[in-house]
Amino acid sequence: MNVLLWVVYPYLAMAILVGGLIWRYRYDKFGWTTRSSQLYESAVLRWGSPLFHFGVLMVLVGHVGGLVIPKSWTEAVGVTEHTYHLMAVFIGTVAGLCTLIGLGILIARRRLTGPVFAATTRNDKAMYVVLAGVIVLGLLATVRANVLGDGYDYRETVSPWFRSLFYLSPDPDVMAEVPVGFQIHVLAAFALFAFWPFTRLVHAFSAPVGYLTRPYVVYRSRDGRGGGLRPTRPGWDGPPRLPEPQRTRSRR
Amino acid sequence: MRVMAQMAMVMNLDKCIGCHTCSVTCKQAWTNRSGVEYVWFNNVETRPGQGYPRTYENQERWQGGWVRTRSGKLKPRSGGRLKKMFSIFANPKLPSMQDYYEPWTYDYEHLLTAPAGDDIPVARPKSLLTGKDTKITWSANWDDSLAGGNEIAAGDPVLAKVSDQVKQEFEKTFMFFLPRICEHCLNPSCAASCPSGAIYKRAEDGIVLVDQDRCRGWRMCVTGCPYKKVYFNHRTGKAEKCTFCFPRIEIGQPTICSETCVGRLRYLGLMLYDADKVAEAAAIENEDDLYHAQRSVFLDPHDPAVIAAAREAGIADDWIDAAQRSPIWDLIMKYEVALPLHPEYRTMPMVWYIPPLSPVVDVLRETGHDGEEAGNLFGAIDALRIPVEYLAELFTAGDPEPVRGVLNRLAAMRSYQRRINLGEKPDESIASAVGMTGDEMDEMYRLLAIAKYERRYVIPAAHAEDAHRLEKIATECSLDYEGGPGMGGGGPYGQGPFGESSGTPVPVQVETFHMLRNRQTADNFTDAGDEPRRVNLLNWDGKGTPPGLFPPRPEETEHVEGTDR
Repeated sequence: MNVLLWVVYPYLAMAILVGGLIWRYRYDKFGWTTRSSQLYESAVLRWGSPLFHFGVLMVLVGHVGGLVIPKSWTEAVGVTEHTYHLMAVFIGTVAGLCTLIGLGILIARRRLTGPVFAATTRNDKAMYVVLAGVIVLGLLATVRANVLGDGYDYRETVSPWFRSLFYLSPDPDVMAEVPVGFQIHVLAAFALFAFWPFTRLVHAFSAPVGYLTRPYVVYRSRDGRGGGLRPTRPGWDGPPRLPEPQRTRSRR
Repeated sequence: MRVMAQMAMVMNLDKCIGCHTCSVTCKQAWTNRSGVEYVWFNNVETRPGQGYPRTYENQERWQGGWVRTRSGKLKPRSGGRLKKMFSIFANPKLPSMQDYYEPWTYDYEHLLTAPAGDDIPVARPKSLLTGKDTKITWSANWDDSLAGGNEIAAGDPVLAKVSDQVKQEFEKTFMFFLPRICEHCLNPSCAASCPSGAIYKRAEDGIVLVDQDRCRGWRMCVTGCPYKKVYFNHRTGKAEKCTFCFPRIEIGQPTICSETCVGRLRYLGLMLYDADKVAEAAAIENEDDLYHAQRSVFLDPHDPAVIAAAREAGIADDWIDAAQRSPIWDLIMKYEVALPLHPEYRTMPMVWYIPPLSPVVDVLRETGHDGEEAGNLFGAIDALRIPVEYLAELFTAGDPEPVRGVLNRLAAMRSYQRRINLGEKPDESIASAVGMTGDEMDEMYRLLAIAKYERRYVIPAAHAEDAHRLEKIATECSLDYEGGPGMGGGGPYGQGPFGESSGTPVPVQVETFHMLRNRQTADNFTDAGDEPRRVNLLNWDGKGTPPGLFPPRPEETEHVEGTDR
């Protein structure tokens, strides 16, 4: 059971993530977009979206710091467990709350603004459930263990296990000892990774960092098109139709 | 000198009657899809008016185009790279759907399914965004022909720039139509704003396009374009814009908007320009100089040095030839009657306009003067500050001199040609008053008034060898060589090895394009020599033989004149 949960399942999820991204990039570049709804509604989005995105980026940095960087390294540069713990709990909680509030605003906006809700697909709704689940579970685990409880040092257990996945010598037994809150959070997170390539979350992988270095105006030669008309593709679905307020469209 | 070619357009505003045919045919061709219901790649707006989207010219608000920094460089008005990256999660300057208009349809089905009753059923307007009942309060041309009067026209950002006295008199004075498409700028700020690098300028013909596969829907281009001619498809989540009908241009056909223009007011042609000088010209300090700066970027296609440099840059001879015959060159550089739209945005737009003279003529006529007499016209152009100031805000960043010069030339042409029309002796002094000769005046008149299809649209096709690959005409059968078994015979594209329907099917676009072109460039209605043979039998009383009733004897067949198009 341990092997299934902490070895097979994570590898499967990561394989789906990588394979799914490659597949999506090869066959659905056209569908690779944020599918922004700002055109429908801007005032609420301006608060919710930056709050959520900057929050989640901070959370990402925190996770990289906690999971990828070994404890021995941080201690080598003089960060004691107590200092780390304080920093992680303080910054982590702020970032987590930003993310949660932002997500709450965005979900409320999506449900309550007519045009935005009409443009929400079934896929989006499922994605929101998983995404919100992962975030809430993570926050709950942290709050229960570190704020209410007397602290749990996941850097002794979860982090080595996570890194061991990448050394290709996974160690499922340490994870079995981890509190249930963290376990569920980890499992949900890998579910999210597996789902990721098939949702609009793919836009996270096209963060436009190249923009910072490229010249402003891009010139391209017609030859660069590789020649030929493109095959017709899904996505543009005929003349304008009346959306039904409750109807959900599956995009593909 | 780095020579590049640019497909460009000039519109003669005197001829625009505001019929919106260009907008409608463009919409039919490009934006009759879900997600772009609100999008008009081509729209016609009434000036003074707020435009589409509303007040898009107010760059204080919408932050489009470039600004010159203190160090003399250009950066997008909405912010440089870092600022864009930090505002990527919610673009603070994106027009909302309401600034365009909320697209709608009508519940026509209700007309058929309504139960019998005392009242006549009506088709209610339904929002295309929510599917619910909606109230129609705005559209792409809601203020057409000054509808809404002063209340709406007062919201015109251009009007806000001209002086108060002008503003008060404005509505009495004049109104004109301004058709707009993407400017396909030499220095496109939409492309500069795109974080993904999906918007590019084609090196061959300068057409600015969005790569739909690279666009990630960050929406910065919508803000970056000061003309608000990049649109967000709210279903696909990608940016879309006017394509200058590149599939048509590539095979030498004019854009749809030009092709269908009722007033024949659009001109298409190539301009050669020096790509190395663009950045410097766009960053010139004084806004008034931008019009002249942009003209200085253009290269004379008749100059042997330019021709040599163009060849070196890989521009084919037929393109150089087209650049020499380009009506755009004549209108911008030779006759100097075309002006760029809002050069102060520093994007170096390439759709130029001949400002309208008719408002001046109308005022003269209404006040009982001869509206076509040269002296009257010159005087009126000087005296009527109102149209000149307004036009200057549109076309020359507020400098009235170039506008006055253009209007004087148009006025001179009008009165010079009237004398000829009335059978009087051409008056060379009218021409020389605006620095032209009578012959030049005559040529300009021909180009502006009676130029035929081939003169208005000088479009070199993409290189044949390219075009072939481009269109992927998979009809190139390996047996299709001279004398080979598959050598083309019956169909327009040859045949497959096993008869007409064998081989890969011809893509429908190619088929249609070539058919269209053949039909449209043919000299005759049907086949050669057919037209004079037609006779309306309904008008024939059975006596005698009206001409054309019988086919002509072979020796009588004459050359048939090309139809006027």
